[in-house]
This record gives sequence, structure tokens and C-alpha cells, in this order.
Amino acid sequence: MRYVVLKALTLKNLRKVYRDSIVALSGIDLSVKEGDFFALLGPNGAGKTTAIGIITSLVNKTSGTVSVFGHNIDKEPEAAKACIGIVPQEVNLNLFERNKDILINQAGYYGVPREEAKRRAEKYLKAVHLWERRNDIARNLSGGMKRRLMIARALVHEPRLLILDEPTAGVDIEIRRSMWELMRKINDGGMTIILTTHYLEEAESLCRNIAIIDEGRLIENDTMVSVVSKLQNEVFVLTLTEPIKEAPILEGYTVRLRNNQEIEVEVAKEQGLNGLFEEISKKSLYISSMRSRSNRLEELFIRLVENKNFEATASNELKVKNIINSDKEELN
Amino acid sequence: MSVDRPYESNFTNGESSDGPDLFSINLVGLLTIVRREVRRVLRIWVQTIVPPAITMTLYFIIFGSLIGSRIGEMGGVPYTTFIAPGLIMMSVITNSFGNVVSSFFSGKLQQHLEEMLVSPLAHTTIILGYIAGGVVRGLAVALLVTLVASFFTELNIAHPMITISVVILTAIVFSLAGLLNAIFANSFDDISIIPTFVLAPLTYLGGVFFSISLLSPFWQKVALANPILYMVNAFRYGMLGSSDITLSTAFTIILFLLFGLFGLTLFLLRRGIGIRS
Repeated sequence: MRYVVLKALTLKNLRKVYRDSIVALSGIDLSVKEGDFFALLGPNGAGKTTAIGIITSLVNKTSGTVSVFGHNIDKEPEAAKACIGIVPQEVNLNLFERNKDILINQAGYYGVPREEAKRRAEKYLKAVHLWERRNDIARNLSGGMKRRLMIARALVHEPRLLILDEPTAGVDIEIRRSMWELMRKINDGGMTIILTTHYLEEAESLCRNIAIIDEGRLIENDTMVSVVSKLQNEVFVLTLTEPIKEAPILEGYTVRLRNNQEIEVEVAKEQGLNGLFEEISKKSLYISSMRSRSNRLEELFIRLVENKNFEATASNELKVKNIINSDKEELN
Repeated sequence: MSVDRPYESNFTNGESSDGPDLFSINLVGLLTIVRREVRRVLRIWVQTIVPPAITMTLYFIIFGSLIGSRIGEMGGVPYTTFIAPGLIMMSVITNSFGNVVSSFFSGKLQQHLEEMLVSPLAHTTIILGYIAGGVVRGLAVALLVTLVASFFTELNIAHPMITISVVILTAIVFSLAGLLNAIFANSFDDISIIPTFVLAPLTYLGGVFFSISLLSPFWQKVALANPILYMVNAFRYGMLGSSDITLSTAFTIILFLLFGLFGLTLFLLRRGIGIRS
């Protein structure tokens, strides 16, 4: 049996130059498959929010094309917009409106009849644990609650593509985890999700595919597994049971003393950890705990952005262009 | 929790040939905006409905009872009766303008205007929704001021249909003017400049308190360049049966302004001027 995997989003040679000649996007090619959980990462000012602004028609593009589920945003803007739900980076709620009304109105803007809108408002306010606050005005909510309300608002018309622009910024860890759970569930339900975040642990945990933008260019676009596997070295922090005065010499490893009870050891991918433990035993050191210095994706992200590894990028961009050339990918 | 598929009755599974039912979306969307705007007017009634009633009561006391009794008649009717249509129209103009400019600018400032801009609603629907809010407030205030006026003078409406159509058309024109102001505004100063330096002088010089027949021929010609003069006089004709301006000229000017402002507002929204980067 043959079936078609649609592209939820296709960007072709997307370019944006602002009036002050700042190039925000310099020809981005990107595609996101239907049902994907996709991470769009990049440092501040990389062009992520501009790209999202263009997709949602809040920013005028300079050139290029954008299609949402096959609907070109220039030719069929209404059809494209009807497919999208957006949680913007900045809080953009009507602060003097009741939370319930914010959701009901939002559903109305997408043509959802009022009675159905009320039912959905209840469903999604409960999903983000704000039902008890339904009659409050948005101004009275905490920062984290406002973010959750924006997620409910983006879901109330049940879009096919949900774009989350740093949805968990400023949200405490407990709420963040519950929001991850919600995002996983809605993705499992078939909704395509594009996530931008500064919490790379969040992207690694949730997303299957990833693109990294820097200075308006796409510098990485691959599966999460493949991107993370590109990291050649990982740095581990080992906590010792006894204090030491200087970093021990472990043959084949780079070691640095963090403080008198912690050392950092850089381990190459091909070295593995068994050899490291043998070396540690030879030096009669005892380890009480061990952890990775930082999130693996974070490590790779910093290297990619700092080193501008364009050799790898060129081949990736070519790969993406080849994918984009066929709008629909047919699978057996 | 599972999420239902998208609102499939409005659009199908991503196939371009089967677009969303735009008529239904825009109809429901328009009703949503109108409901939201009307609720806003009612929610802040102390700011939207009460002040014009108080201001107009003061006008009737000072210009009608105190000064008007010394003036006698104007245009064949007592002065208080003469100024009543003008004062009603003045409140319609300032309130329909003020309602739209503040609502739309507040949406821009708090960025919740984006809720509508990212939705599939047509720009025409958004404009009509804001106009409806402005017209509702304008008419509510007009009714209240008419009630106030009836305590000071006897009001008989000579031509009800003309009266109603002029008041509605004027409210639409100034709702559009308010929307235009809000589109270009970037600060609170920008939304107070037009009412203070343009709207107020034009209204006061637009025949609210006097007949242009009192002016010299030169100033009569200058006064004819003021669009508010036509609205006030058409409304006065509807209420009192007398006017300085012919009715057809007044309606032509009002309709020209209405379609001109609507076209300009639609053009600006489509181009994203003032609302998109």
C-alpha cells in the first residue's frame, strides 16, 4: 500500500531584509513533515522569530515562498492561516478580558460556532490547569499561567500545525514538565508541532527533527538522533569521595580540576567509559557521582554556532533542497 | 488527553482545491468581534457612556438655558432646540471615533490584535467588526444625549428615516477615521493629537452652535470645506426640518467619505502598514 506524507510546512529560499538593511533571513530552505515534532533553534537574533512571523503573516517577507499543508501563504492566505496555531514569544493576551472569553473569541476568529467554542474553551482550560481561573481577567494571572493560557488559546481552534515560540520561558520546572506532557499528547494526536526554545534539554527530549538557524542561515537540519551523534566529545564531571590538590593524569584523557573534589574529563565518542574507569582505578581515585557537564544538544549547539561549521552545513542544505524539490514524499 | 482533528468542517486535509468555508468563518468571526466590542463598551460604561451624558448636560445648561435664553431664536426655532441636533451629532462623532481608536490601538499596544491578524479572517471582516463597535457606542450615546436634550427642550423628529440614516452613516465615517488614526498611531500622544487638534475644531466650527448664514460670504465658503458641517446640517434637517445645506449634497459628501475611508483602511491593512513589520 502506498500512502502520502504531506509537508506541514515548506519554506523555499525565504528571505527577509528589514528597512534598516538588517538581513534577518538570507534564503532559508526548510520542510517539516506532517505529524513531526520539530525543533527550530538558534541564538537570539538568529531569525527564528522572523521566520515564524512570516509563516503566520505578521511579518512581510522580502522574497521566497511559504506553504502550509500545500497552501501557499500568498495565494491562499486564509487556508494557510486556518491550519496554524501560534504561541508567540511575547505575552500578547488582552489583559482585561476574562480567560474563558479569550479562548471563545479566538475560536470565533477561526469560524468555530459559539457553543462549540465554549465546549473547547473548557476542554483546553482544563488541559492547562486554568479552568478554576476561567472568570479571572488575564492581567491577574502569573507569568507562567499567562503562557499556559496562550497555549490553550493556540489549541482552541484545533490547528494542524502548532508553532510554539519559547512557550516555557519563565515557567517553573514542574509546570514545564506538565506542559511537555501536554505537547507530547497533542503531537501523538496527530498535530504537527514546531518548537523554538532556549531549553535545549526540552528540544532534545521532545523533538524528532531539528534545524538550527544562525545569522539568518540554516546551519543544521537533520534528525535529532543524527545531530546529537555528531558530537565527537562529551565532558563528564566526576565527584570524588576524597579531596585532591591537583588534576590527576589519566592516560588518553584531558582532565581539568574544577575544585578540590570535582574533575572534568573529556571523553571522545570512540573511547567509551570503560577505559576511563580503568584509568581512574589505577590512580586509586573513588567516584561518588558522575554527570554530563551539559546537555549534549547544548554542547553541539554552542559548537555549531561558535565555530560556524559551514562545511557540514553546505551538505545539509543541499540535502534539504533535494527534499524540498519533491513537495510530497511518497513512501512504500 | 487526545486532541480532536482540526475543525474539518471548515477545511479538508490540506488539499489546496478544497479551501476553508470562508463565508462561515467570516460570519462567525464578525459576530465574535462585534460581541467583544459591544461587551467592551458596556464593561467600561463609566468611561464610554456616562462622560458624554454629563458633558452634554453641561452644554445644555450653559449654552441652552443660560446663554440660549438671551439669544432667542436661530433658524426659526429656540436656540436650545437649534443646538440639540448639533450636540447629539457632536457626541456621536467623538464617541464613535474614540471607541475605535482606543480599542484598536490598545490591541496594537498589548499585541492581542495579532489574534485576529494570524486568523483566516478577511481584513474587511475586521474593519466591519470595529465599525460595529463604534456605531453601537455612538448610537448608545446619541440616545442618552437625546434623552438629556428632552429635559431642556421639546424635540420633534421631522424626518425619522433621514435622522437615523445620517446618525448611522456619521458613526460609520468616524469609526473608520478612528481606525485610520489607530493604524498610524505608535503612542498615546498619536491617538490624542487628531481628536484635540483636528476633530474638536472641525466639530465646533461645523455648525453645532450657529448657522453658517451668520458668517460673512468668505467664511461661509471656508466653512463648506468642513465635512462635519454637512453631517450636522443633514441631522438637523432630519430633526427640525431646516438646514443650511441641501440634503443631497450632504449625503453625497458623507457617502464619499465613507467609501473613501473604507477603501483607504482596507488598503492599509492589506499592505500591513502600521500592523506588520
